[in-house]
Amino acid sequence: MNAKEIRSYFPILDQQVNNHPLVYLDSAATSQKPIQVIEALEKYYKGYNSNVHRGVHTLGNLATEAYEGAREKVRAFINARETAEIIYTRGTTTGLNMVANGFARAFLKEGDEIVTTVVEHHSNFIPWQQAAKATGATFKFIPLADDGTVTVEAVRQTITPNTKLVAIHHVSNVLGDIAPIKEIAEIAHQNGAILVVDGAQSTPHMKVDVQDLDCDFYVFSGHKMCGPTGIGVLYGKRKWLEMMEPVEFGGEMIDFVDLYDSTWKELPWKFEGGTPIIAGAIGLGAAIDFLSEIGLDEIARHEKKVIGYAMERLQQIEDLTIFGPLKERSSVITFNLGNVHPHDVATVLDSEGIAVRAGHHCAQPLMKYYQVTATARASFYLYNTEEDADALVAGLIKAKEFFGNVLS
Amino acid sequence: MSSLDDLYRRVIMDHYQKPRNRGKLEEWEGLVINLNNPTCGDSISLSLKVEDGRVADAKFVGEGCSISMSSASMMTEAVKGKTVEEALELSHLFSELMQGKEIDESIDLGDIEALRGVAKFPARIKCATLAWKALEQGIKTGQS
Repeated sequence: MNAKEIRSYFPILDQQVNNHPLVYLDSAATSQKPIQVIEALEKYYKGYNSNVHRGVHTLGNLATEAYEGAREKVRAFINARETAEIIYTRGTTTGLNMVANGFARAFLKEGDEIVTTVVEHHSNFIPWQQAAKATGATFKFIPLADDGTVTVEAVRQTITPNTKLVAIHHVSNVLGDIAPIKEIAEIAHQNGAILVVDGAQSTPHMKVDVQDLDCDFYVFSGHKMCGPTGIGVLYGKRKWLEMMEPVEFGGEMIDFVDLYDSTWKELPWKFEGGTPIIAGAIGLGAAIDFLSEIGLDEIARHEKKVIGYAMERLQQIEDLTIFGPLKERSSVITFNLGNVHPHDVATVLDSEGIAVRAGHHCAQPLMKYYQVTATARASFYLYNTEEDADALVAGLIKAKEFFGNVLS
Repeated sequence: MSSLDDLYRRVIMDHYQKPRNRGKLEEWEGLVINLNNPTCGDSISLSLKVEDGRVADAKFVGEGCSISMSSASMMTEAVKGKTVEEALELSHLFSELMQGKEIDESIDLGDIEALRGVAKFPARIKCATLAWKALEQGIKTGQS
């Protein structure tokens, strides 16, 4: 599938913003949705909207089939062993909090170590920081290489037999680096630690095989991979999910309820209390179909080409600082343009129809590490092209000229 | 580029480049209000000295974009010497200006007038109002 054909599936891209064709470079915040996903939601709401798992009526059965069918699609997408290991959540944040609060806190104690990095998104940072505070465990950080990457050597030197849990990004939402998850899993397991992986920025862009990676938990969001907002996935190995306590009690998740005690449904439903995210799951299933049809390898190949081109052109802009590794990176490019504040950069780009993010990207510890208060970020996806990179470069040159006179 | 020019008027860039009243008062001289905008990381530390119901001195230090820092600079310049009531009234007026509301055209806003264009950029209004929020908070704290 060529870029033009891919773009034709995203109706939102075909519009003018501030009298310029929209150049959407904020997919790391949320991706756009292909017509296939929009239509799947419409089909559900127009044709068979019903609650799942309880009705004996036809629409209820159709809804249940679609909801559970999407779970099988997710399982295949990340190659989990069984659908019981796929828990629907509201998103990555919810999944990580579930593991921290329903699982990790129960066994962590003083003297134990939680190992992470300063690169993490707040949602993969604060749950562990707070769990450490509550249990007396030590919160430790893997030192970063000069280019912000996590090396196997640094991981080996940080994880000890006292380490009980390692929480790390697969792809950083700021630096775009790709962490060596398979090697980290091996080191963690040699030391008896559990590995939790934040997959929010990896699953949209690359093939993920949780059995091959051998991580214990893998968490991601639907809306960053062409799916709707409000749906995400928590993958966990069965043995851990069995031990994990439900975080929400209520309908749908119970086996028997007595006056003084209750028992829970089996996996995965014990974690899905209340009416679940039915439309979201169906939309996520449609997104997986869409991505799989193009092929994750094909998407990765296309993005590598566009990112390589963008990096090359951006590096030619004088005064532009790029954060993170220059090679072997994923699809986010975070930068600062001389002493022009990133908000001002983003406003100038917006006036040219170019959408980027400016701010701390929910990674304040990393901003402190680099001693900056904010940065600008352009993030690419399967529908972005070299022309989008050209527009970004032209916009940045404009911003530089606009502010250059007053800030030089 | 016309709307951009409108947003970044010369007077805004002048305040951004050469902020007025930059600095901190000693703790015994007045009160210090620290505010930040958690969504973008902008921060301001405003020192305020109120004497006999008047803003005797106002200084600020901070980190942020051209809009937030120039607005802080203009605010300190505008409220110095005003009574507390006048300062609050100006703050209210500024808030109306940012919401794009019609205000009494006979009022001379001075340099602050240049920030009028921010109202057209919803994402930037919070940048412009940060320093004024600190001012209001400072006056409230001083009165209680």
